[in-house]
Amino acid sequence: MNIRLLSLKCLIAGLVLFSCDQISPKAPEEDQILDGPVNDLTSDQKIRFLAGDAAFNTEIFTSETGLGSVFVATSCGGCHAGDGKGTPFTTLTRFGQTDETGNKFLHMGGPQLQNRALPGFMPETIPDGATFSKFTPPANTGLGFIELVSDEDILAMADPDDKDGDGISGVPNYGTLPDFVTPYAHAMPKNGKYIHRFGKKAAAYNLLHQTVNAYSQDIGISSTFSPYDVYQGHEIDPEVSNLTIQNVVFYLETLKAPIQRNQTDPIVQQGKQTFINIGCQSCHRENLKTGSSPVSALSNKTFHPFTDLLLHDMGSGLDDGYTEGSAKTAEWRTPPLWGLGLSPDSQGGQYYLMHDGRARSIRQAIQMHGGEGQASNNKFEKLTETDKNKLITFLESL
Amino acid sequence: MKKYLYTLFLFLASQTIYAQSDSSFFFSRIKQDSTKLKLNMDAVYNRPFLQMGKLPVALGGYLEANSSYFTTDGISEGLSFQLPRLTMFMSASIRQRIKFMTEIEFEEGGKEINIEFAALDIELNPLFNLRGGVIMNPIGSFNQNHDGPKWEFVSRPISSTTIIPSTWSNVGFGLFGKYARKNWVWAYEAYLSNGFDDKIINNKENRTWFPASKANSERFEESFNGVPLKTVKMAVKHRKVAEVGISWMNGVYNKFQDDGIVLDKRRHLNFIAVDINTTLPTKTSLNGEWVWASVDVPKTFSQQFGKRQQGGFLDIVQPIIKGRILGWSESVINLSTRLEYVDYNVGKFQEIDANIADHLYATTASISFRPSQQTVIRANYRYEWRRDLLGNPAARTAGFQLGFSTYF
Repeated sequence: MNIRLLSLKCLIAGLVLFSCDQISPKAPEEDQILDGPVNDLTSDQKIRFLAGDAAFNTEIFTSETGLGSVFVATSCGGCHAGDGKGTPFTTLTRFGQTDETGNKFLHMGGPQLQNRALPGFMPETIPDGATFSKFTPPANTGLGFIELVSDEDILAMADPDDKDGDGISGVPNYGTLPDFVTPYAHAMPKNGKYIHRFGKKAAAYNLLHQTVNAYSQDIGISSTFSPYDVYQGHEIDPEVSNLTIQNVVFYLETLKAPIQRNQTDPIVQQGKQTFINIGCQSCHRENLKTGSSPVSALSNKTFHPFTDLLLHDMGSGLDDGYTEGSAKTAEWRTPPLWGLGLSPDSQGGQYYLMHDGRARSIRQAIQMHGGEGQASNNKFEKLTETDKNKLITFLESL
Repeated sequence: MKKYLYTLFLFLASQTIYAQSDSSFFFSRIKQDSTKLKLNMDAVYNRPFLQMGKLPVALGGYLEANSSYFTTDGISEGLSFQLPRLTMFMSASIRQRIKFMTEIEFEEGGKEINIEFAALDIELNPLFNLRGGVIMNPIGSFNQNHDGPKWEFVSRPISSTTIIPSTWSNVGFGLFGKYARKNWVWAYEAYLSNGFDDKIINNKENRTWFPASKANSERFEESFNGVPLKTVKMAVKHRKVAEVGISWMNGVYNKFQDDGIVLDKRRHLNFIAVDINTTLPTKTSLNGEWVWASVDVPKTFSQQFGKRQQGGFLDIVQPIIKGRILGWSESVINLSTRLEYVDYNVGKFQEIDANIADHLYATTASISFRPSQQTVIRANYRYEWRRDLLGNPAARTAGFQLGFSTYF
């Protein structure tokens, strides 16, 4: 072949490939997104992750596949865009429980309000006399790490009688396990109840418990684990397979932990020091560790969620008069702060923080801390504006 | 159904082979109308047909094939090759002023076979003619004027396929007519047909999705709710200036009663579309369509399913070389661009004072080569920004498409 012609063809091919590379949208940096698996999954684990990803983010339920008849959302991903926090559009409303004696409105649709309905059906309304609270869907990332924190470590962070006198108590939420949940081998139950850790009130024991409840209460999908139709109250055939649920659980377990950005930025470092100095870290614990897991990528790791997984009294301002498990109405589980700075990317460019999205900025969220968080809030208010901004910059880097 | 269509296809193919062995049966191309009286709504009459000898039957069709390489936010599924559609046309003059025409489409290698058009036209007066059978609802311009070889772009316009669910055809009956005087042409079509069903708000797309009703093949046998879909279009053209069309489609999509029992109120949907096309003195042709759609979605259903949608496209095509190219006379090379916008959910969230997003923008650049009017070889580069319901950062998709489309 003519060398010149060959060279010209190679040049054109090279230009085309170069162009493809240059004008195709680039992938966002790994620390700018919340979705994606933990590193070092095996091939079979990656296949399971992808199956769970498809069920979580792609599977849209219709009336033919079991949606409703009353529901909140039509898919898992509908509440957790990009595996991040939800917005008031997908806020869950829970009602009917005021103390640890349980929910008195289960026979009237409790604990969750299904505020949407298929055409021809009527959505639920909050019964007269029932108190309620709204819960903004949390981010999903790093949940597998949280699931593997031992009861022993959680209890080590608890201080129910505030023996150290720092004004921070912290208690676990003890609850009754549903039949389909098997307790951990090293669980530390009390009076037949187990330490729960997921949810705004820490009312879900593990990710299977959380997932089954979400399918049932959020989408109206029955399963062998929870065979009751939320509209009729009758037992019906399962509308999602056990395999799908297990795949979704595996997906949630193996979603990566959020990656902090700008860690070496002096402002971020100074903000982190302020975070420690004013006592935020008493509840928002930076470091936790996992126990052993069949998934080696999760096993025996130290991770940085900024939570203690305990309930804290947050004062009357955040007391909606509704609770779950053994929590009191003013008590909320410390939310993990990892991924906080990426919240706007799943909340339509806005911040909707605290349990019901009432705080529209990180600053507002800090200022809404009462009860056990009041002292830190007071210290925050006494900071110079520069130090406040540094603290917020640190939180945005998480 | 598929079996019969394949049999028809084989029959026609065998006739072709037979015809080629007999010189009196050779195909001849029917001359197309060049009086510029044709409008977008006349697309079924504005196709190249081949006639076998003196038989009163004419045949035609087109084929589209392409390759594509797309990347979304850094992730690509790689290079793939597609055969989106092979379409066969047939027309027959049954008697003077009584014509039958049909269009049968094999999509994606035969995965779907659709009768897109199969109608009997009875011409009574230029202003008053009857049409019945499977008709293409005259909404917008693209639905009736969708033949691949007519376009410089590999992909069909998004608004014309996802708001107007082109190709949208149904069993129905109606009227059409035309009036021409000097440089002016005015025409109308009006039909009653079967229509949409409740899948438009109960589907896997998780949004109001009119194409979902196309999956209901029973619409060719019976109406979902007994209420006819009404479609009306009027168009006016000045032969030296432009053509403008306005169309309206209205129907009921829900089963409001069953077995005599009233289940719900009648829930209506409405489409209004405007289309325009013109050629500037610079030989630049502009062709656009905009559609507004509204649906009565129950208030108690999810806002995920929008009550209003809107969108459209504008194609700008500039011939840059005309003449003999590579030995083909009357060849053309065109540079083109398409601008598109679709909003699947126009409105605000009930819970917060924020607009619902669920929209996309796209732009496509094209270079196309037409060795003849009937054939186009085209290379496209397309970039799309798509936002989810909440308005989170847009997913960006870009890629290349290379393909051809040709009448035969």
